[in-house]
This record gives sequence, C-alpha cells and structure tokens, in this order.
Amino acid sequence: MTKMIDRRDFLKLAGLGGAVFASALPGVSLAAGQDDFFFVQLSDTHWGFQGAPNPDAKGTLKKAVAAVNSLERTPDFIMFTGDLTHTTDNPVERRERLSQFKEIVSELKVKTVRFMPGEHDASLDNGKAFQEFFGPTHYTFDHKGVHFIVLDNVSDPRAIVGDEQRDWLANDLKSLKPDAPIVIFTHRPLFDLYPQWDWATRDGDKVVELLMPHRHVTVFYGHIHQEHHHMTGHIGHHAAKGLMFPLPAAGTTPTRTPIPWDPAHPYQGIGFRGVGTDPKSAAATITEYPATNGGGA
Amino acid sequence: MNWTPTRRRVATVAVLASLTLIGTLGVQMAARSADTKEQVIKVSTKRFSYSPSEIRLKKGVPVVLELTTEDIMMGFNLPDFKVHGDIVPGKVTQVRLVPDKVGTFVFLCDIFCGAGHEEMSGKIVVVD
Ligand SMILES: [Cu+2]
Ligand SMILES: [Fe+2]
Repeated sequence: MTKMIDRRDFLKLAGLGGAVFASALPGVSLAAGQDDFFFVQLSDTHWGFQGAPNPDAKGTLKKAVAAVNSLERTPDFIMFTGDLTHTTDNPVERRERLSQFKEIVSELKVKTVRFMPGEHDASLDNGKAFQEFFGPTHYTFDHKGVHFIVLDNVSDPRAIVGDEQRDWLANDLKSLKPDAPIVIFTHRPLFDLYPQWDWATRDGDKVVELLMPHRHVTVFYGHIHQEHHHMTGHIGHHAAKGLMFPLPAAGTTPTRTPIPWDPAHPYQGIGFRGVGTDPKSAAATITEYPATNGGGA
Repeated sequence: MNWTPTRRRVATVAVLASLTLIGTLGVQMAARSADTKEQVIKVSTKRFSYSPSEIRLKKGVPVVLELTTEDIMMGFNLPDFKVHGDIVPGKVTQVRLVPDKVGTFVFLCDIFCGAGHEEMSGKIVVVD
C-alpha cells in the first residue's frame, strides 16, 4: 500500500493544523532539480528471539533480505532502526547474535546499509557490543539534498537522548537552513505515544523542541512493531512494522504481548517500508511491503 | 500479592511527638500531622518484579512510596499520575502522590534491566 499526497495538499493539511497524517517528507524532492530518491527502513528484527509469536524466527530475516533484494526499485540505501537482536543478559551471546545478524544482512545487494541500536541491542551495556560491530550509535549523513540524523535514545537504559547528544544535535541543526529537508531516524518514539507500555523517550519533548524551528522534519522510528503515524505540530512521526512479531495497538490489550501467529495468515503484521519520491507526481511517499515475497504484512 | 500499611507507625510517631511537647504547641503539631498524614508504603524491587506488585490506595489519601532495589538500578513509572523515580541500589527513593481518580493504573520499570524487563510491571488500584 502506498500513501501519497502532493505538496500543495500537504501544505493545506498542515496549515489547517489538524492532526491529519499526510505523507512523509514534506518539502523533499520538490525543489527544482531535486533528484529522485528511495530508501528502505527495516526495524525490530529481534534476531535471537524464539517463541510462538514467530515459528519462523530463524527464517524471517533471511526472507526479508530476499524481499528487499527483489524490489523493483533499487534502494539508494537501507536503514535498520534498532532492535537488530533480541536482548540477552549474556554479553557473549549478545555478540553472537549481533554477529549472526550482520552476516545475514550482508546478503543485501545494496551495499549502503546503516544501523542504529534499539534497547534490546544496547541498553544493558550502553551500546558497547553494538559499537563493536556497527560503529557509532548517533551520526548524520546527507543524501540527495536531504539531511539525515540518527538519534540514539536507547544506549542510556533510562531511555533518554541526554544532554550531550542534544547539544550535539542543536549544534548540527545550527548549520542548516530553516527550510532544509531533515529526516530523523530513531528507535523509540520521540513523543509520549503510550508510556504505560514504555512507548516514549524521557527527553523526547526536548528533542522535538529543538527540531521545531525547522519547517521540513520527518521522523522514522521503530520499537512499537506496527505502522503508526502521528504529528507533533508540523513534524510527522512514522513508526515502522517489525520483522519478528507484531505488537497490539497502544492500550488495546491488558499487556503489551505479541499478537499471536496466525497460521492462516503467516507473517501478518510484519514487514518493512520504502520511502521515496514518486517520479510521476514528485511527491514523497511511504510504501509498506510484506516481510516476505510470499505475502504477509 | 499483599502490602503492609505502615500508617499505624506514622500515627504512633505523631502521638509520641505530641507527648514530648506540652501546651498549644504540642496540640498544634499533633493536629498538623493528623491532616497531612501520608500513608507510607514500602516497595522493593529486583530483576524483574515489584513487591508488592499490586498496591491498593484510597482516593484522596496522600501516599509516599518508599522504593528500594535488591540488585541493580530500576525505574518506577506511573504515567497516569505523571510520577516516576529512579531506584538506585543502597538508597530509598521516595515518590509522592495523592490519587485523585479511581481505577486500576499500571506502573512499570522504565530502566532497561535485562531479559525480563518488559514484564516488570505492577498496578495501583485506587478505590473510593
Ligand atoms: Cu525497542
Ligand atoms: Fe523491538
């Protein structure tokens, strides 16, 4: 399924101030001569998880890699937004899982692949093991006129971005014009989606405050294992599906337990997403793909 | 699970305090501690549970939760009352609240503490 809306309509919706989900990336791709681009977000692969919510726990990631490899449109880059591995108290096992994960995703044909941790990867050792395999947990990069910022809200087990990283962010934003297109990748929501299930970042409001003066900011995150769209003012926040098991919508069940596997609809509720400009309409779009070529999502 | 109210101890302390003083001052102190009397509830934690995990409160009665951890740092987050505290080993963390609504409210550990972290929660039941 593709969500699309043109720039005029987006501005109209944004101007009304209603909590309407428009498309991703307002302001992107619309400048004259802006190149088309397309990237893929994968999230919450939870490598190492075992249990009834996914009887194909060892096969799903490989199927997703194959599905990405067979996309008609080749992604410019691929972003993993955390919870690459399922948590373990054993540091040796944690490294084993990170290593196996890395090995499997090395089969991706696209070679520009970026990573960030989730709390399952990083919260028990402040990101130490993650960094051994994948390097820094927060960084920036630029691609075709869009400034991308990867924010770490998991290496501190209290789920905070922290003063130091917020200073770093403020400093980075200073170098950008107010109308520069900015994309944030992070693991946990930067707004209070449902703190009762730990779907929040303690200082997320302070991060959003820093982003507010910038007119074209879009946040892509994971953690909640389902698609979700939310606006804080003009900033869109888009949660991706996970690739191990789906979680119920906030507060719809007594506890945050995975949605059971449905043999009639295997892989339902898991998948990945593509984000890019639509060459025909020049609008930025989000497309949700099933986890496997055989169906799902 | 059950909890042991420590209101009696607080009341005893208040009475003793008033006995050691004479005249109006003593009476005033006793009166003051009577209407600001907070219910104290001790909650201890360890990976990955709270004890007690269910706390029953009366609407409008102020309460102090005295939180401790038996092993590593833990969180106590009660979003419906916008109350939270970090529980550091070797220390007592106090969180105060006056329950102003009736119902069942989840509290959870919001400091990632290990493989069972996501199950570490409890509930507060507020009755009229
Ligand atoms: Cu997560
Ligand atoms: Fe996750």
